[in-house]
Amino acid sequence: MIETTSTRGTPESILRNEESARPGQPPAGAAAPRLNIAVDDTRQTKAITSVKAQVDNVNFYYGQNRALKNLSIPIADKQVTALIGPSGCGKSTFLRCFNRMHDLQPDTRYEGSITLHPDNINLIGPGIDPIEVRMRIGMVFQKPNPFPKTIFENVAYGLRLRGVRNRATLAEEVEKALRGAALWDEVKDRLQDSALALSGGQMQRLCIARALATTPEILLFDEPTSALDPIATAKIEELISTLRDQVTVLIVTHNMQQAARVSDYTAFMYLGELIEFDEAAKIFTNPSKKATEDYITGRYG
Amino acid sequence: MATLPNAVPDYLNPDSIRTGLTRRKLLDQVFVIVGLVLMFACLGILAILFMNLVLDGSERFGWDFFTNFPSRRAERAGILGAWVGTSLIMLVTAFCAVPVGVAAAIYLEEYAPKNWFTAVIEINVTNLAGVPSIVYGLLALGLFVYQFGLGQSIAAAGLTLALLILPIVIVATRESIRAVPKSIREAAYGLGATRWEVTKDHVLPYSTGGILTGMILGLSRAIGETAPIITIGALSFIAFLPSSPITSEFPFISFKWLNDPFTAMPIQMFNWVSRPDQAFQANAAAAGAILLGMTLLMNAVAIWIRYRFRKKINW
Repeated sequence: MIETTSTRGTPESILRNEESARPGQPPAGAAAPRLNIAVDDTRQTKAITSVKAQVDNVNFYYGQNRALKNLSIPIADKQVTALIGPSGCGKSTFLRCFNRMHDLQPDTRYEGSITLHPDNINLIGPGIDPIEVRMRIGMVFQKPNPFPKTIFENVAYGLRLRGVRNRATLAEEVEKALRGAALWDEVKDRLQDSALALSGGQMQRLCIARALATTPEILLFDEPTSALDPIATAKIEELISTLRDQVTVLIVTHNMQQAARVSDYTAFMYLGELIEFDEAAKIFTNPSKKATEDYITGRYG
Repeated sequence: MATLPNAVPDYLNPDSIRTGLTRRKLLDQVFVIVGLVLMFACLGILAILFMNLVLDGSERFGWDFFTNFPSRRAERAGILGAWVGTSLIMLVTAFCAVPVGVAAAIYLEEYAPKNWFTAVIEINVTNLAGVPSIVYGLLALGLFVYQFGLGQSIAAAGLTLALLILPIVIVATRESIRAVPKSIREAAYGLGATRWEVTKDHVLPYSTGGILTGMILGLSRAIGETAPIITIGALSFIAFLPSSPITSEFPFISFKWLNDPFTAMPIQMFNWVSRPDQAFQANAAAAGAILLGMTLLMNAVAIWIRYRFRKKINW
């Protein structure tokens, strides 16, 4: 949460660009007092050639608490879209809507739609089974969470859930996934060792391989490097950059520089609302919203 | 103490910090010593008790003691009927309590919604662990022995003790299920596993160590229980074995032993202790040492299992 001090303004005042709360700043002139995402969207959609998923007016509730407010963005096909924003802004909550992880908690509710192309199904609609959604949309979590099984079994688990029993197929797919996650050369001689013997960075790449093994349509990353050292982080970032050739990536990150490094499109969220969505280059060099600029330049967050 | 506006208060003075720290660290030491003394006192009492039993019963130890039935002559009396009975009862107990207890724990942890109903069930399960064992005995006498017509049999005794250790198994299983990190469940759910797949592929395998430990601790509680099996009518003098579970005719396995009358280690001990003849006290002591040894052995196995599983899986 953002500290509320007289010089910084209240969280809400940052959002509304209340200039009175910031005595030292020149007025932002044309900045809209209330953000209208839909207008921004139409401009942006043109830049995206192919949309993998369209988020429309998504609201999400924990009980009575509205955690996401009218989010609408396109997710570009085979591109990396990053969600940034200060802690508690709802970026992880938003990410978890894509694979219906919230359904595991009682008393949660979605509104709006996330339309997955090309088959036009609404991922958060009542008509679709959350398990089907999770089988089609992979996820990599904040802390590396390999199963305490062998490296091979970790990667093969998604295939086993799909009923793949053929040993040759399993071996082939596991190798493909591990190569895709740039881990094959490091583990090819010890596939039967416990995954818990790997280093943190290797574990996280194993988790990526595990998600890749079932060729997901979208791969979600929830702050995948926050528990890793800089070298392991660099490897994961490089991997994410190469992944965009085969899969649509949606990544939540706490680290703005990381978003700038890996993403093609960036959405800035604050207090459950989408403040700005644009090409990453534009967000990080010339954001159109004052709140985005203030966050990017480290004025708060 | 009178203070000037910018005087350093006493509690910030480095000297008083140091003296205070010395006292606090001394208290730390005192606690360690008190703890150690109390722990060794408990262990010492147990050791003395055990040694006493072993010494008192020393003249009875020997192969004959295990292979003889009880007798009117103390030096010829053995525990054959008792240890066979105890082993068979434990078998029935484990076979009944473990599947039911583990299933109940899985339901409560993985499936049940968190509402007032499950809260009531949880409180009940925990409280059942505190119900006096004689009450289970009375329940079993009415239910298993008469209502279900099992009679004064091994099956009735096994079911009674299963009931008795069910809360222990449930609580231990729930704890070890809860120790499986949420992130592992999320990983499995994230790949599209159903609740049952998450349970069978991950939660159960990773909590096996804790479940087995709970089972053995439950059984080691059950093995020494006397009151409930006296209540359902264990015989104290029995000179025959239950029918053999393996037969020479098809299908080679028989469950007739389930309906046989029985005796058990604590019953045998109780019987010997209550005899006027002093010579039987040695028998009681020897049987007690063996029973205690069995319990300690089971606990040792539980510790070993836990250690092995911990080594394999450390989160």
